[in-house]
Amino acid sequence: MQYLFLLYANEGGWQQLTEAQKQQGMAAYTAYTQALKKEGVLVGSNRLQPIAAATTVHVADGKSQVLDGPYADTKEQLGGYYLVDVPDLDAALAWAARCPGASHGTIEVRPVWPTQNA
Amino acid sequence: MAQGNGDGRARDAAEAVARQSYGKLVAFLAARTRDVAAAEDALSEAFAAALAEWPVKGCPQNPEAWLMTVARRRLIDGARHVRVHESASDDLRLIAESLDAIPDGSAMPDQRLALLFACAHPAIDAGVRAPLMLQVVLGLDAKAIASAFLSSPDAMAKRLVRAKQKIREAGIPFRIPEREELPARIDSVLDAIYAAFAEGWTDPAGTDAARRDLAEEALFLARLAAELLPGEAEALGLLALVLYAESRRRARRDASGEFVPLDAQDPLAWDIAMIEEAETLLRRACALGTIGRYQLEAAVQSAHVARCRSGQADWPAVVALYDALFALTRSPVVAINRALAIGETLGTEAALAALPDADERLGRYQPYWAARAALLARSGAVAQAREAYEFAIGLERDDAIRRFLQQRQSAL
Repeated sequence: MQYLFLLYANEGGWQQLTEAQKQQGMAAYTAYTQALKKEGVLVGSNRLQPIAAATTVHVADGKSQVLDGPYADTKEQLGGYYLVDVPDLDAALAWAARCPGASHGTIEVRPVWPTQNA
Repeated sequence: MAQGNGDGRARDAAEAVARQSYGKLVAFLAARTRDVAAAEDALSEAFAAALAEWPVKGCPQNPEAWLMTVARRRLIDGARHVRVHESASDDLRLIAESLDAIPDGSAMPDQRLALLFACAHPAIDAGVRAPLMLQVVLGLDAKAIASAFLSSPDAMAKRLVRAKQKIREAGIPFRIPEREELPARIDSVLDAIYAAFAEGWTDPAGTDAARRDLAEEALFLARLAAELLPGEAEALGLLALVLYAESRRRARRDASGEFVPLDAQDPLAWDIAMIEEAETLLRRACALGTIGRYQLEAAVQSAHVARCRSGQADWPAVVALYDALFALTRSPVVAINRALAIGETLGTEAALAALPDADERLGRYQPYWAARAALLARSGAVAQAREAYEFAIGLERDDAIRRFLQQRQSAL
């Protein structure tokens, strides 16, 4: 089954880190990504630009409304994702717990809607 | 409708198989697809077919295997028709694979433990774990469960459907957890079973049939957990605890239906066989060398039994058990019982000092005010005791206990 890990964290926290801490943080993510690859469970992953770069689009009555900013203004923001392919929820949760994002933020684990050719 | 002998026998046979095999069949049919609802539907059709066929053709040699075969056929038919947008072919393959894995004539593997772990998975809302177990392991319907949990049948049915969807869609596995996560996962299973028992136990008169039955069903689940986890001290501890409580069920009411507190109960009215079984289980659990909440609570019950039987109280031992229990759970309910035990060793003032303050939750908890009232009464603070009894009476649901508290209050 495929699961999407949505990594939520307070964006402001990153800015407050020292350069050394940032490097350490990046290294932790790199190591985690490598571990996922080595196990053959990684389908895809990306880090996202901060919400300052976000734009929302909604179409109503044929007219598109474009707004500056994220969909929901929350204390913690979506900062990146991992898409993994593992046998079941327990395996997914075990991998999510190892992600550095689980320690400095919260990870939402969502099963991907199954498709015929999945 | 007239009911012949054959009908009656078939019904009895079906009911006997239902009790023993329902969870086994659900676990087996749903293990690969994780589709509990589909397994249950197929199984209920199989039971209906049994009631129609067995009176005519006689009960099959192996009723469990008969039901499994019929349910399997229904399951495969069902998977062909529904879920067009999903991978129905995958389901068919999984069902076929899992069912082919059993050689003819051999017993169906018992995967109920894996089913219990799925029902009490941390991804399932804690409040629905006990109802879910009662339904999928024992086959209780939502209406019976709802009335015991003081919920509307509709609301309960919806919560159960949601929980089963979660198992299927989130991919909650049917398996025994790995060693490092096992202790916490066992605790969730035992907690859910205990919650089911506690719901059934809150009707002391046993006048509410749904709740009395629930206590019996929970006892069945506790027995099942102890049987499936014979090396787990806490599983044995939970069964012992449930047996101690159940052994005193009848003694909680006198002939006229009035509430009888533990101290005033006649030990001869207790179920001796249950108590002896509990004592044996507790000794076995202690020998395993890992202490836990349920063993400690069972040990407290054992001490109460010894005290009521012999008249010799070992209160310092009870306080020590509550100390350990409180260190482990930090439960305010434990703190109340600990304070009452301290009242017997260090006196009323120490007990009142040990009683936690009434926060929002405790302030709504009848036993808290009853305990406080009893201690205040003993210390001579009559006005305060009367007020505490007033709170307790206002919070009680059970008529007989309300009358008991009122008597205590007017005796001040």
